[in-house]
Amino acid sequence: MTPNRNPLVATLRVAALCLVTLSAPCAWSLEAGAPAPELNLPGLKEGVNLAGLKGKVVYVDFWASWCGPCKQSFPFMNELQSKYGPQGFEIVAVNLDARRDDADRFLVDTPARFTVAFDAKGESAKRFEVKGMPSSYLIGRDGKVVALHKGFKEEDRKSLDSGIAQALATK
Amino acid sequence: MPITRRHLCAAGALLVSTLFGGCALAPPQAWERGNLAKPEMTMGADPLDQRFVQHIYGSKENASGGYGVGGGGCGCN
Repeated sequence: MTPNRNPLVATLRVAALCLVTLSAPCAWSLEAGAPAPELNLPGLKEGVNLAGLKGKVVYVDFWASWCGPCKQSFPFMNELQSKYGPQGFEIVAVNLDARRDDADRFLVDTPARFTVAFDAKGESAKRFEVKGMPSSYLIGRDGKVVALHKGFKEEDRKSLDSGIAQALATK
Repeated sequence: MPITRRHLCAAGALLVSTLFGGCALAPPQAWERGNLAKPEMTMGADPLDQRFVQHIYGSKENASGGYGVGGGGCGCN
């Protein structure tokens, strides 16, 4: 580009170039095989730290009280936790409600027999690039993401279950 | 050419419109759609009537979705 002697035009040109570059959309960079993002949040009684769970297969599930499929997924997650817990399986259900009361009310109706963490600001959801509710991330014993799953339907039960069993089998 | 007041105004206008344009570039994240999930935020008045209408859209136009926020305020539809 030929340099322009007029400083204003030059500045505008640079500004336009910057705008075009910065408006490029961010790519989905979290995928299977990538190390799991950081997760360090308050829980019901004590803090929840994903890094501390290394060595276990962790199922990180992002949910909220207003999400219908989340309500359906809780009994399934209860089953999973009791079935695979002894093999070193841990569910970490991260609540993304803006108000804690909503989450508490949900948990009274739909009890959770697994670890629940609270992230009202959604920082962990941003790090995990949550695109739909609920979203679940299966993290292997090595701390790397094994599988990502968006939404929840009854038909998903089988594939999620076998995915977890497979991850538990891998050392 | 000398920088006139006109140039400065134009530059200022461009800057302001760019800054305000940022408001349109950030739709709510999937977990921020709690309010959108409330029943009062759906378009239909009567749930039974809504089902009837959606069935007609589905059978006549093969159209689906676009209503509610996807089965309970979820980002996926």
